[in-house]
Amino acid sequence: MIHESIAATQAVVTLDVPLPDIFWGWFVTMNMWAKSIGTGLVFMLFLLMKKNPDEMKGLRTPTLIVSFIMMNVFLLFTLADLHQPFRMWHIFFYPHWTSAITVGAWMATVFVGLESLMIVVMLRKDKCLLTKNSTGFFDKLLFWVTLLAIPVTLYTAGIMAEATARELWQMSTESVQMILAATLSGSAAMILLGGSKLSDKTRQFFGAILGLSALMAFIIYMSEYIFGGMKSEEVIAILSNIKGDGDYATMFWIGQWVAYILPMLLVALARVSNSSNLLNLASMLAIVGLWVIKHVWLVIPQLLSLS
Amino acid sequence: MQLGFLVDLHLCMGCKGCEIACKVENEVPLSTWRLRVKYVDVGAFPETKRTFTPLRCNHCENAPCERICPVSALHYIDNGIVNIDSERCIGCAGCVMACPYGAIYIDPETQTADKCTYCAHRVASSMMPACVVACPVEANIFGDLEDPTSNISMYIQDHRDVQVRKPEKGTNPHHFYVGASQVNLNPLASERVEGFSLFNKITHLPLGGHHE
Repeated sequence: MIHESIAATQAVVTLDVPLPDIFWGWFVTMNMWAKSIGTGLVFMLFLLMKKNPDEMKGLRTPTLIVSFIMMNVFLLFTLADLHQPFRMWHIFFYPHWTSAITVGAWMATVFVGLESLMIVVMLRKDKCLLTKNSTGFFDKLLFWVTLLAIPVTLYTAGIMAEATARELWQMSTESVQMILAATLSGSAAMILLGGSKLSDKTRQFFGAILGLSALMAFIIYMSEYIFGGMKSEEVIAILSNIKGDGDYATMFWIGQWVAYILPMLLVALARVSNSSNLLNLASMLAIVGLWVIKHVWLVIPQLLSLS
Repeated sequence: MQLGFLVDLHLCMGCKGCEIACKVENEVPLSTWRLRVKYVDVGAFPETKRTFTPLRCNHCENAPCERICPVSALHYIDNGIVNIDSERCIGCAGCVMACPYGAIYIDPETQTADKCTYCAHRVASSMMPACVVACPVEANIFGDLEDPTSNISMYIQDHRDVQVRKPEKGTNPHHFYVGASQVNLNPLASERVEGFSLFNKITHLPLGGHHE
């Protein structure tokens, strides 16, 4: 390991002015967090349609509207993070298809367009020109929107993978984390949104998705935490920020507890005691904690000096 | 044609002439650099020495910045230079995140990404890059890697210790170093200790948007 040579060389950088540390800050965290909820709600609505379509009554439009709002929050923060936001249209007129940013922007735009169509269909109902059976049309569209939600969720992992300088972000783990973030936050949002419209059984079903998503995401983070540095010196240096007295160690563990550990425990308790309140609390913690952990994982690779 | 760059660190004396020439030629704003010379001090007093490493864009054959750029603002030109079109750049900073060499910055005046272009505008007029012209010891060698009779090709043939930065990234850089050690090329091979820098309290111009 090269850093072991420092003991012999006593090498110290005495002049270098590298780039400012963090280029992708909390605007990008907001982007990922909001997109997770937006696509996650679509996944959950689709699952509800397959599992118990009767309970979709009264949930189709509100769920889609919340997803639509979150997707627009995602787009807003994406735009706001650009240094030249008024040139956003370049992505559509000068697209560069090797870039996950381009592919993602196109897919997210189509996704939001389809969501708008579904909302219009439900709000206009009998006045809808497309079909008189608005619910049936909505459900057919939901299948295609759910399919599209998968790559829309995953493309951020593609961007992170294309960020060659950031060794910590690997496509395989990040794509699984993106899907788990969507199922975690989507199930949590659905539990809160569904409220009394969902039966206890269905709420417990979404609770199980929440708990399992939290468990799997936690396992992956812990795997990275413990084993990540065993194959790459850069990853050791990056992970040192969340270990010991690292600058982001406290925030990392707050995120792990709030997003994953506590929701897992609360979901288990809620199943034993059949408590809606515990499930609601688990959901709220998961949504808040997800933001924290996404932020930590976004920032720490940027703290590594590249020169 | 495949243009490339080689720096002979045996010759470099850290005068920063290249850095200044680049600043002037390309009107690089305050607090940003297309080319900068890193100093690393090695050893313990009295057995100490200072090493100098000019750092600039590596004009990779497999450039991560070109791949991630959503609007092709970063693009290859026929002579192998990775060029940038600041009029097209949307300032997403994807290239900044992708470049393993930290060679791309956001210009605080134009709010677009910018970097060394091997002075593509000068090369187009059959002139050498400004940093090559300014170097008093001819440590910077620039030329066509595909021409075996070019200075750079012959220099590579004549020297055994030709290296690139971070070859493990698979970027195939067209920027080479002769006489470099890990201390020069690997950021993890030296420490950054607060108070050890020759210039402290360096401030950066605001970059716009939201950045911590």
